[in-house]
Order: sequence, then structure tokens, then C-alpha cells
Amino acid sequence: MKALSELKLKVLDLLREDARRNPELLATLLGASLEEVKTAIRELEEDHIIVKYATVVNSSKIDDEKVTALIEVQITPERGRGFDAIAERIYLFSQVKSVYLMSGAYDLLVEVEGRNLKEVASFVSDKLSPLESVLSTKTHFILKKYKQDGIIFEDHEEDHRLVISP
Amino acid sequence: MIVNPGQRSEQEVGKSMNSYLAPLVREIQPSGIRRFFDLASGNKDIITLGVGEPDFITPWHVREATVHSLERGFTSYTSNSGTPELREAIGQYLYDNFQVAYEPSNQILVTVGGSEAIDLALRALIAPGDEVLVPAPCYLPYSPLTSIAGGVPVEIGTYAKDNFKITAENLLAKITPKSKVLILNYPSNPTGGIMTYEDWLPIAKVVEDHDLLVISDEIYAELTYGQKHVSFASIPGMMDRTILVSGFSKAFAMTGWRMGYVCAHPDLIYAMLKIHQYTVMCAPIMGQVAALEALTNGIEEKDRMIDSYNQRRRLVVQGLRDIGLECHEPQGAFYAFPSVESTGLSSDEFAQRLLVEAKVAAVPGNVFGLGGEGFLRCSYATSVANLTEAISRMGEFINKLKMG
Repeated sequence: MKALSELKLKVLDLLREDARRNPELLATLLGASLEEVKTAIRELEEDHIIVKYATVVNSSKIDDEKVTALIEVQITPERGRGFDAIAERIYLFSQVKSVYLMSGAYDLLVEVEGRNLKEVASFVSDKLSPLESVLSTKTHFILKKYKQDGIIFEDHEEDHRLVISP
Repeated sequence: MIVNPGQRSEQEVGKSMNSYLAPLVREIQPSGIRRFFDLASGNKDIITLGVGEPDFITPWHVREATVHSLERGFTSYTSNSGTPELREAIGQYLYDNFQVAYEPSNQILVTVGGSEAIDLALRALIAPGDEVLVPAPCYLPYSPLTSIAGGVPVEIGTYAKDNFKITAENLLAKITPKSKVLILNYPSNPTGGIMTYEDWLPIAKVVEDHDLLVISDEIYAELTYGQKHVSFASIPGMMDRTILVSGFSKAFAMTGWRMGYVCAHPDLIYAMLKIHQYTVMCAPIMGQVAALEALTNGIEEKDRMIDSYNQRRRLVVQGLRDIGLECHEPQGAFYAFPSVESTGLSSDEFAQRLLVEAKVAAVPGNVFGLGGEGFLRCSYATSVANLTEAISRMGEFINKLKMG
């Protein structure tokens, strides 16, 4: 792991807020030269610190709403490779959106997305549970997303300020 | 027929109700900002750079703590000076951040915004005819409040070539035997100017030589960029001569809570406390709970907000310069104060036409007093998207002016 320069940290903060901010704007906001900012971004990308510029979508607003489940998975770690080998076997499935190694009552938290309940259920019964090292699974369906990655989906806070004030 | 309440009274008493008013109050001029407010209000397409308050909503932990306190029944009066816990926290905060030591029990008074503190200080100090020196362009209320207290406001010009710092020379030029109080407001609204330790030293010498007292309105103390604010009270020899006014509005995004405080020599605080206890009794307890929460758990959030102002400051200053307006580097508060002289328009004409033709609201410099003519106050406490759009509209507007 790397200790990042202050400039890189600030660039990351600004891009996390809005990934479409261009280097010119970032340079102005941060009081840095365009060259410095471009170099910082290039290095962040090369080091895979910036992995991807994705879009946060509120899928409840679109018709083809998908079903998402969080699945608690208990596993027996593999000799020599610990949890990583089995985690990889799970996260390579395209239905799996995220996988975390957890402390506590279970080992992996797996986020699975499907077109409907049945699709997710059959992923669990056909793909996940049969894996040799999987001891047990517990599936929780997500009913509503209020906030994701720091972004509130329906923000009710408005600007109530007067147009002009002293 | 519905009778206008004013007319009806006139009929009943036989003369204008205005004639009953105290002459001091009758003569106060309404704020020059008012007219712009009326022009701009209600138009949804307007982007406003005219707002003198943070664009952040008070952080949730502060709001939540206040809601919780209401649920637990904190709805009573507090001690006149404010709750001991809050005064303690303010004392510690000022010492940690600005190296000024005030005793919470008799040197700190919690007020209804910094505004009440300024009024208290002026009323406690001013006798009829005393002159109050005010560097201008400046925040609007200082002169009217001085007049209401019976004093005579005397403006000291500050200029773009000096980055709107007050200079000993300009101060000395306005001192008379009647000079009693100097009001300072750095970081400055509307100019964004600041004063460094070295800048303060000659001012402190004049204050000492001419036996002045200072009301130092440091409400923007947290909002400086690149260097820390230096409190006038921290200058050697100035502690007892300074009435330090500050509050939570700007740094903690808490304008609507009306939470301020004033720190001074115990004799001065005692005098102000007498007025305070008969006028407002105490600052609202909900605000005091919120302020304590802000000081206890809100420092990180505050620093994040300041960082964000700094980014937008760079954006707006560069943007204004790019469209051809001369703009000194504001190092404090959240205002840029560009000159519009190059356009050939007065501040007022420029601001009015900008509002009508380009749908951008900003405050013309002339309303802030001496030296403000020719400038425009642009608050950058608004989103990056709004700032970008506002600058682009201003650029088009200026181009149009050039074409004639």
C-alpha cells in the first residue's frame, strides 16, 4: 500500500464526488498546474488506485428493476491459499456484484444481482451452495436502497437561503 | 373599503406616524441590498452570488443533537451568559486555535449571533458624539448600529492596491480627539481581505497611542486560505483593549441558529451582560446545545467545508480574471471582490444589468460604503456547477458590453 501525495488524495476526493470533472477544472480547484493534475491522474490509473469511472444509478427509477441480495457465506479456508481461492471462484460469476471477507459470524458477504427472485435463488442453490468449501449460506434480499457509497438517492435537503443577504 | 393601516392611523392621530419616530432611527438609511433582493427574488433562473452565508446545511450530527435535546426537554432559559459548558468549550476552542485566553466565567458571553454582540459592545462603550472608526468597504450594520448607539461613524478607506488591508496611515488620517472605538472585520466581508501579524503591529501601535478600544468582528476567522487567522486580541498589549466578537454561523454553517459570542475584559463583559439580560435574557437553549455539539464533534466537518470554499475560491477568482475583470486575491471569508471599472459601468448599473440581462445576482460594492464603488461582491458559497455557469454568463455579458 502506498502513502499518496496530498494532491492525489485531493484529486481522488473530487473525482469521487463527480468523476466527470476534467483535469482543467481539478487543476483550478486545487491550485495546481494542469500538468501536475494530469500526471497524478495517470499514475492513479496506472497503479489501479482509480479502477474505473462508473455511474451510480438509482435503479428503482427504471422499469427493469433488478433484485439484489446480500448473502452471508460460511466457508472452510483452503490450505495454503486461505479464503482467496474460494472468494475468486465466487466473484468471477457475473451475477456477483461484490464480495467482502468479513470478521464475525460468517466469512464472505456476497452481493448478487438478478432479474428476479427466482434467478437469485437458483444462483444460490445451483452455483454457490454446491461449492465444496461452502458450509452454509444465508440470503437477505434488499428491499430498498436509501444510500450507497455516501450518495443519498432521494435527497430532501434543499437550499432555503435568501437570494441576497448581507 | 380596506384602509391601509398606515393611512388609518394618520387619520386618527392627525399627523404622519413617522413623526413619532426617534430622529436617530428615522434617519437610518435602509440597506442598499434590499432593492436587489426585491429584484432577484422569485426568479428561478437566477444564479445567485449574492448570498452572505454558507451553502452547506448545518451538519446532521449538530441538528440531530439538538433534536435529541428537545426530546429530553431542554426548553428552558439558561444562565444569562450562556451555559457553563458552552462557555468552557468556546474558551478552549479560542485558546487552541487563536492563542487567546479568556476566562469562561466572566470573560465570555454567548449572544444571539455576532450581530447582537456588536450591538452590545457599541451600546456599552459609546457616549453621544463619540466617534467610531470603521474601515470600509465593510459589512453593512456597523455604521447604523453606531448611530443608534449615539455615536458618529467615521469611515476609513481600504483599497484594492493594499489588498483591502487597513493601514496605519489611513487610520491616523481619520483620528480626532473624539475617536473612541475602532471596529475591525478581518477576514473581511465584502472584500475577502485579511490581516497578518505584521500587518496588525502598526495598527496596534496607533490603537495604543490614541487610547482606542477595538471591536474585532472575527466571524470569518476560520475561513482563511493558506495561512491561519491572527486575532487582533492576540497582538501584544491588545488583549484588554479588544472586544472579540465571533460566532458559529460561518465556520460551522449555522447562520439560522443565531449563535454568537463576545469575549473581553471582565468589566466590559459585565457591562454588556447588563444590556443582554434586559433585552434577550439569554441566547436560545437549542442554539447553545447545537453550538456545543459543533465545537465538540464538528471540527473535522468544519475543516472539510473550509477546504471546499478554498477550491471554489480558486475557481471563481480565476474565472473572473479570465473574463477580464481585475480581481485581487481574497485570502479569507467566501467573497471575491472584483473591480468592474473596466466595463465603464458603476457598481450599481453593472449589478443591475447583470441581474436583468445575464440572470446572475451579486451585490454592488457601493452599498458597503467608502471605497466600495467600482466593485462587485461575489459570494462563492455555491456549487461548482453554479459558479461555472455564473462565470460563463458574466463573461457573455461583458463581451456584449464591449461590443456596445
